[in-house]
Amino acid sequence: MKAPAVDYVRPRSLAEAVDLLAQHGSEARVIAGGQSLVAMMNLRVASPGLLIDIGRLPELGSVSDNGGTVTIGACVTHAAIEDGRVADPSRGLMPRVATTLAYRAIRTHGTIGGSLALSDPAAEWPAVLTALDAEATVCGPSGRRAIKCAELPTGVFETRLAVDEIIESVRIPKLSAAARWGYLKLCRKSGEFASALAVVIADHTRGHSRVVIGAANGAPLVLTDTSQLVSEGGGGAIHDAVAADLDRAADRHFDDFQRSLHAVAATRAVRQVLQ
Amino acid sequence: MTAIRLQINGAAIADDVPPRLSLADFLRERRNLTGTHLGCEHGVCGACTVLVDGEPARSCLMLAVGCDEREVATIEGFADDPVIDALRRNFHQHHALQCGYCTPAMLITARDLILRQRAGSEREIREGLSGNICRCTGYTNIVSAIAEAARELGKEAANA
Repeated sequence: MKAPAVDYVRPRSLAEAVDLLAQHGSEARVIAGGQSLVAMMNLRVASPGLLIDIGRLPELGSVSDNGGTVTIGACVTHAAIEDGRVADPSRGLMPRVATTLAYRAIRTHGTIGGSLALSDPAAEWPAVLTALDAEATVCGPSGRRAIKCAELPTGVFETRLAVDEIIESVRIPKLSAAARWGYLKLCRKSGEFASALAVVIADHTRGHSRVVIGAANGAPLVLTDTSQLVSEGGGGAIHDAVAADLDRAADRHFDDFQRSLHAVAATRAVRQVLQ
Repeated sequence: MTAIRLQINGAAIADDVPPRLSLADFLRERRNLTGTHLGCEHGVCGACTVLVDGEPARSCLMLAVGCDEREVATIEGFADDPVIDALRRNFHQHHALQCGYCTPAMLITARDLILRQRAGSEREIREGLSGNICRCTGYTNIVSAIAEAARELGKEAANA
């Protein structure tokens, strides 16, 4: 189908974009790469009155290495991460994830900030940034605030972003040299949305170990027992820890098939780290 | 209506477009560049793939207004491109098309795979083509044609 009628504006600065958003409120939608939003408009699932195009704002495309962290602008594309054109705080995890994210012709325009702001449960970055303990900087009419990526998504396509806030960047702590990561995405065809998605970080030097699953009928889910097991360097039965974590997630209403997929994805991703 | 200026296949174009108009419809309906095909209109089938600023993009997921000050290349714009030339010859020789609907985007996607050196094995080519659907199910010949074009171009580069 064709997208519904809409107005369009391309502000020249983030401040101007925030002003426009404050002025138009929920009538307006911010568009970056548009790889989900335009599809949703074509399917008539979204029909915003005004598109505020932030995709080419230079301040949202910058990346800086700050010693212990790397700050990635919201409009950095998946392809830039895939190609290693931007600093990588994750020792290969983020470029690896980017190669599994949709298709190249989508990765060239889709952005990391757009993925976070949309918070599709099956999306890769919300789960990966939760696992990496990253923090988003969001910009609104009254200034900036930081919010943990783990706390940003609240449900299916729902976030803690206010209607007048725009994600400016993501600050990601660097993994230490001895850190290990695991990543497994289950889908029927390369590039499809995940049926199950697991990310594992084991960074003993920094005392940070976390196991997160995505495509979990809501916000990315931190598997606490399994994270504990990873932080202890294994020793217990992985599948028991995963099962205990999934048992506690009754509010996600996984059917038997989904539960099996999540268990397989989490177990295999943990094995990548513990081997 | 919003005024846009962009380059299409090297030519400077200025037009007024409604913001809801996709790049694909702009190319087909306003510029008569009908080599860009529309299948699903939500980014899944890949038939509308063009180059925007030199990189492959889904023209159904880009608004024409968003292409202001950008460079677009469609399948009509590769007359002197050695990679597309090798691909066209090999698609012909390997019978890599049946109805031809997916072919323009297959060529543009394959060109990008070859230029990014992601066409070194059958597995790599199949991975790189996962976003381009051929409903005639002609993948075997498409993959062979791309592999052969990549080999030819690799040899030429080695001999140069």
